[in-house]
Amino acid sequence: MPELLLELFSEEIPARMQRRAAEDLKRLITTGLKDAGLEVGEAQAFAGPRRLALVVQDVPLRTPDVVEERRGPRVDAPEKAIQGFLRATGLSLEDCDIVDDAKKGPYYVARMEKKGRPTQEVLKELIPEVIRRFPWPKAMRWGARRLKWVRPLHSIICLLGGSVVKFEVEGIESGNTTQGHRFMAPEPFTVKGFADYEEKLRARYVILRAGERASIIHARANALAKDAGLELVEDDALLQETAGLTEWPVVLMGAFDEAFLDVPEEVIITAIRVHQKCFALRHAQEEGGRLANRYLLVANIEAPDDGAAIVQGNNRVIAARLSDARFFWQQDLATPLTERVEELDDITFHARLGSQGDRVRRMQQLARDLAPFVDADEEEAALAARLAKADLVTEMVGEFPELQGIMGYYYARKSCVPEHIARAIAEHYKPRGADDDVPLHPVSIAVALADRIDMLAGFWAAGEKPTGSRDPFALRRAALGLIRILLANNIHLPLAAFIEQQVRLSPAFDGTEEGAAEKAAEITRDLLAFIRERMKIYLREQGHAHDLLEAVYAAGAADDLLLIRQRLEALENFLKTEEGADLLAGIKRALNILKIEEKKERRAFSGPPNQHMLIAVQEKELASAITRARGQVSKAIKAEDYEAALAALARLRTPVDAFFEHVTVNAEDPTLRENRLKLLNGIREVVQLIADFSRIEG
Amino acid sequence: MTSTSTQAPRQRDPRRSFQDLVLTLHDYWAAQGCVILQPYDKEVGAGTFHPATTLRAIGPLPWRAAYVQPCRRPADGRYGENPNRLQHYYQYQVILKPSPDDIQELYLGSLKAIGIDPLLHDIRFVEDDWESPTLGAWGLGWEVWCDGMEVSQFTYFQQVGGMDCNPVSGELTYGLERLAMYVQGVDNVFELNFNGLEGEQKVTYGDIFLQAEQEYSRYNFEHADTDMLLAHFDDAERECHRLLEEGRQENGPHLLAQPAYDQCITASHVFNLLDARGVISPTQRQAYILRVRKMAQGCCEAWATTAAGGGARPRDDA
Repeated sequence: MPELLLELFSEEIPARMQRRAAEDLKRLITTGLKDAGLEVGEAQAFAGPRRLALVVQDVPLRTPDVVEERRGPRVDAPEKAIQGFLRATGLSLEDCDIVDDAKKGPYYVARMEKKGRPTQEVLKELIPEVIRRFPWPKAMRWGARRLKWVRPLHSIICLLGGSVVKFEVEGIESGNTTQGHRFMAPEPFTVKGFADYEEKLRARYVILRAGERASIIHARANALAKDAGLELVEDDALLQETAGLTEWPVVLMGAFDEAFLDVPEEVIITAIRVHQKCFALRHAQEEGGRLANRYLLVANIEAPDDGAAIVQGNNRVIAARLSDARFFWQQDLATPLTERVEELDDITFHARLGSQGDRVRRMQQLARDLAPFVDADEEEAALAARLAKADLVTEMVGEFPELQGIMGYYYARKSCVPEHIARAIAEHYKPRGADDDVPLHPVSIAVALADRIDMLAGFWAAGEKPTGSRDPFALRRAALGLIRILLANNIHLPLAAFIEQQVRLSPAFDGTEEGAAEKAAEITRDLLAFIRERMKIYLREQGHAHDLLEAVYAAGAADDLLLIRQRLEALENFLKTEEGADLLAGIKRALNILKIEEKKERRAFSGPPNQHMLIAVQEKELASAITRARGQVSKAIKAEDYEAALAALARLRTPVDAFFEHVTVNAEDPTLRENRLKLLNGIREVVQLIADFSRIEG
Repeated sequence: MTSTSTQAPRQRDPRRSFQDLVLTLHDYWAAQGCVILQPYDKEVGAGTFHPATTLRAIGPLPWRAAYVQPCRRPADGRYGENPNRLQHYYQYQVILKPSPDDIQELYLGSLKAIGIDPLLHDIRFVEDDWESPTLGAWGLGWEVWCDGMEVSQFTYFQQVGGMDCNPVSGELTYGLERLAMYVQGVDNVFELNFNGLEGEQKVTYGDIFLQAEQEYSRYNFEHADTDMLLAHFDDAERECHRLLEEGRQENGPHLLAQPAYDQCITASHVFNLLDARGVISPTQRQAYILRVRKMAQGCCEAWATTAAGGGARPRDDA
């Protein structure tokens, strides 16, 4: 079946938008085709600096015929209504069917056959519409046109089964023509279909597939590094970006003066990556792995001098960049970091949350308060918190914000701050994202926690919590960081108390207001619920079963996040054992019976069973087992020993099994039946101390 | 000194002379139908401030212009000790309204004209959104890289003075010193050959500007009287709003849009000086920027009502 080929050829599309744009193009076109009733084959979308392309396989040339039924008025309806119906449908009365309806009597039905139409026509409407409404993160107008595109759109290829689908978007006509590489093959050329398109592009120095461009860059970069006895400093984001900046990637090696290597290597790597989009290189691990005075650039052209002029030009720019970086480094070293803290008073953190200076003072006290919970020294934690943001006022961080923390570490060391305190400055930003690891040193943990708790509490107090897709202050990430730090380091922390304290300290919180105490408690509850919810999502991503999570969460609202995970893990381990699985079956049976009977009678069977009405041996044994388990489980939970709590619960297994085997719950004697249901309720109450077993599936 | 008056005119060589670079660009853009203007006679931080760009980008009338604009960035002064940074430098500015469909090709043609062969060098359009908070202006475009060096800014104006640009102007800004350093193969701006001559007749960029860089760095960072400047800012702001008020007509074009805009330019430059002197805290900074923006917005709106702004028909001359 025919293939659809679409190319939107424009001026240079920002690299960071390309991948998403390809996905959007594919989604919008295939959804549009589907909505038109077309069932199509595989679709593939491509993006590069100057073009978005899409190929869809097996596109039928016509949409299928469909029959549309429309219900009309009743047969005995007024003539006016019937005539109106006929006008609307364009049918005569003979064309209509009569359907009998038991309640309302017979009525007319119009069956209108809608003929399929050429897919060409569908595309002529669909594609201009998709272009006009394309969800670019930022779009623009140009010339005197009204159309918006990411950058000026120049031409469109649209071929269905090899023939041009003719349409026009604001004077840009579709056709079968495009261009190759901007400089190496600028002449227009025509294409017949996708295979022809991709092949001709390649012959004109354009690699259509971003993935292929990235692999070419990666392979060439590694080969060049290897030839020079060096290793590539891997950087996937940079790889993707350079693949988005080139149609014909050519990797070249440049060099800079060894003397620049006096500057910390993070600075060099960042300077050449951020400003020049170049890869750094290292000496081999066995030679110490230090940074080399070489780098790799990715050009977009095969120059006749093998890139000599390009390398020479880049070397000069890199040298200028590095001498700027070295200037910042030397400038920053002139003032000890410890003396820069007060400059933070001049930087606004957030209009309603005061200056960075205010924030650091709050963090300092909080880190001190947190220290005992994370085995850190109070004074050390406070000092690290005080210095944590001081590098924000340095020249280097002004130039390269991504070096915040790292520069703080270097400058602190140069100011003779002890290693583990300096390290906390760098590590308190960790984890920076889902792939980053968490801080593991006590002082770093104290500062990292202080940073996040104060930030979350402050924004919550200011009413700036995230909504839907909007999270401008990255509070979800802050919450996730908090969760991961606590869990990875096995820290028990009474989170509610600390949150409430920071809420009250927040400049956005008015403590003198009427009902302030209640408001602080309310904000705390809300934030805690948010954090618990993020943790649920996190634990699910970690592979924990959602039903067990629900069961643990439903059993009670702990503010100690580690405790929640401990309960969850204890429960998981317990259910993996034979007795656990068996007990689960018994408990679920009990809960089921209770649920049915409670629903039937619309009441709960609460309260202790009457001891004198326990007749069967199994009944008596179950009752005393429940009493015993209740005591043991409560005690174990108080001691936060979930293994012991579950072990105590496990002792219910034999009596529960025996009970169900020998005793009929729904006895004919209503008093006996009620007593037995109360016994089952006793089981429910005990297990509820640990988790809500009714939520566990299977 | 030998007389050169009798010699035949020298062939222009933008790769050997700063002034030939400028003259070559003038020739090139004049051939594209641009009016070749002279620099605006006020201190500005960027060529965009020239009324030929800011004001002419507003309204429906077509416009093509090119000019050199000296730019002052007081905070970038380095006492003449940095090979790349200057507190006074030149931008070459081109504005094409509406932006033609072949504007990228036109731009690349100008690079060829000054001796940059796009088959030998790596020329790239790298995303760069432009925004001028003080002018209430923004646009999308690129920085143009040549072998990793930013040689131009390329912007499609979307808004100026808070008003939508319709049609859209294409703005090209060349950093002349950087470009000259590149084509001359020089690493220090002060070593640029200015006049293209050699030996005793050679005049370098440093011969002309090094002393000025030193003096102005002293002034910008150490000697500028901040109390006076603060007063200047207030004065310019007051004058701007007064002119905007007095030039306004109920049913006619604004009568004082450009004089008012001059005051806005003054305020903007004074603000840059105060910033370099380090007397503006980050919080105040925002407030100053907003004050300048308010002036710019007022001026642009006023301009939009004038004949050149396309808001009023030019009077039929009796």
